[in-house]
Amino acid sequence: MGGKRCFVNSETMIKRSIFSSRTLPYLLILPQIVVTLTFFYWPAVQGLIQSVMRSDPFGQHSTFIWFSNFVTLFTDPLYLKSIGITLFFSMSVATVSISTGLFIATMANRALKAKAVVRTLLIWPYAVAPAISGILWLFLLHPSYGVVALAIKRWFGVDWNPVLRGSDAMFMIIMASAWKQISYNFVFFIAGLQAIPKSLIEAAAIDGASPFRRFWTITVPLLSPTLFFVTVMNIIYSFFETFGVVHMMTQGGPGGATNILVYKVYQDGFIGLNMGGSAAQSIVLMTLIIAVTLFQFKYVEKKVQYAG
Amino acid sequence: MVEKTPILDTLTYIFLITGIIIVGFPVIYAIIAATLPIEDVCRVPMPLIPGDQFWVNIKAAWTEGNLGTNLLNSFIMASGITLGKISVSLLGAFSIVYFDYRFRTLAFVSVFCTLMLPVEVRILPTYEMAANVLGPFQKLWTFLNLDGVATWIAGHEIAVTLEWSILDSYTGLILPLVASATCTFLFRQFFLTIPEELCEAAKMDGASAMTFFRKVLLPLSKTNIAALVVIEFVYGWNQYLWPLLITTNPKMTTAVIGLQHLIPAADDLPYWNVALAGSLLVMLPPILVVLLMQRWFVKGLVDPDK
Repeated sequence: MGGKRCFVNSETMIKRSIFSSRTLPYLLILPQIVVTLTFFYWPAVQGLIQSVMRSDPFGQHSTFIWFSNFVTLFTDPLYLKSIGITLFFSMSVATVSISTGLFIATMANRALKAKAVVRTLLIWPYAVAPAISGILWLFLLHPSYGVVALAIKRWFGVDWNPVLRGSDAMFMIIMASAWKQISYNFVFFIAGLQAIPKSLIEAAAIDGASPFRRFWTITVPLLSPTLFFVTVMNIIYSFFETFGVVHMMTQGGPGGATNILVYKVYQDGFIGLNMGGSAAQSIVLMTLIIAVTLFQFKYVEKKVQYAG
Repeated sequence: MVEKTPILDTLTYIFLITGIIIVGFPVIYAIIAATLPIEDVCRVPMPLIPGDQFWVNIKAAWTEGNLGTNLLNSFIMASGITLGKISVSLLGAFSIVYFDYRFRTLAFVSVFCTLMLPVEVRILPTYEMAANVLGPFQKLWTFLNLDGVATWIAGHEIAVTLEWSILDSYTGLILPLVASATCTFLFRQFFLTIPEELCEAAKMDGASAMTFFRKVLLPLSKTNIAALVVIEFVYGWNQYLWPLLITTNPKMTTAVIGLQHLIPAADDLPYWNVALAGSLLVMLPPILVVLLMQRWFVKGLVDPDK
């Protein structure tokens, strides 16, 4: 059932046969409402207020300063750099993990035997915390001991040093974030591939289309809703859930080269105690995720599943 | 496949096996490293034959990383979130689907919109909230100058401080994360597919709303609950930002966060064998949950409507 349709119809979506009680429905929904009001809406409103205020370092007085925090933010070269970094990071993670996931799923779908075994062998990285993926790749890409780092140095003749060079550090967090996401994408792609009617593929085969041709002209178009959904989910993942990866691996360094937006909010607000600036950054992120969510409900009719 | 293409089939299997090995490589490599003594781990390149130091490294990780306490904390947090999310959403969805009341739509929309407010976009204010959950009431109290009123009534100086901090507590780790738009939405969708006749029959037999919920809805929701147990347990276990914000007491650290103390710093001896042994131990519980409940998990992840 499409998310958008149900969301819009929530006014009418109710059972014909219902129970009547004056207090019970309120009691049942109460825990949910109390938690959302306390830990979601109140903080969000506070953030909104803080973003248009300037407070002194002791938090005693605050003055209303209109959008000055936002102006400061968008004229700050460090913030603009962070936006660029985040976009590059997000695109790279999505590209690497989606193409790998799709490739493996296509192969697994061709393999008639051992589908269940293959799925078991590929599904478990879903359960690995992004932060732990960070530790694994930190070791693999360690400048002195890492085996992948060694391979990079040998094969490409690069002087690999993620501690000092920003682009190397960026490569590191991309690998750690993308690796973890492959299995999530794989699960969706294999389900999408299995939903494509065999008869279509057979008909094309009888007409003499080669397996590659069939892949591009039948599989890919029919898979596009899944592909689209997975892309949106991967972008949300790389924007918000990769905090652990950055915190474990680079702490935003070297020289801010891996300081993606979520990490910068944390650093400026929680470590640097810049209330107004951090609140303004939060509002920017909030706008972003609202846009992505609405976009998704507008265009993704099928498959509603969130990480939260 | 459709036609016989032996070359392509062979290639398929070769690519597939390569893919599985590449995906598994970081963990396979970590397992090997976790069995080696420190001299071997920092040899370049590291030997690929497992050593016999696995238990030694696990023990070192267990004591240095304080894993006994941390794993227990993670377990409590993950189970609490799972249990809390599922029960809160089951009740919420039941209220939204099977009752008609004035604020029904508002309740649903307000729960649903939390999707757009992940903790990452409200770090500081949520932290402040956790530092004093009664903060809003305190503000209201101060705003209405109730201290003055109370002083006037009592005839002597009265200052009321409303304070309840959930920092460094299991409540703090669990409670803010139990509201869930996802679960509520999924249960709502599922309840909407349940035939009307079931409810009519139950009502005819004189069943109360809660009896219907317990005897009919809960048993029917078993598969959905199983799927969500996997998804939410993994979600709870792998939480990072929230526990990082609200726990400062080492006794309340979760396992994933505690691992950062095991990563060798630049000027330490490179005890990567210990760090990786610890990481393997911490990633094991959610992996086991996913593998053991794979069937429900895939169903829940891919087609949440059913």
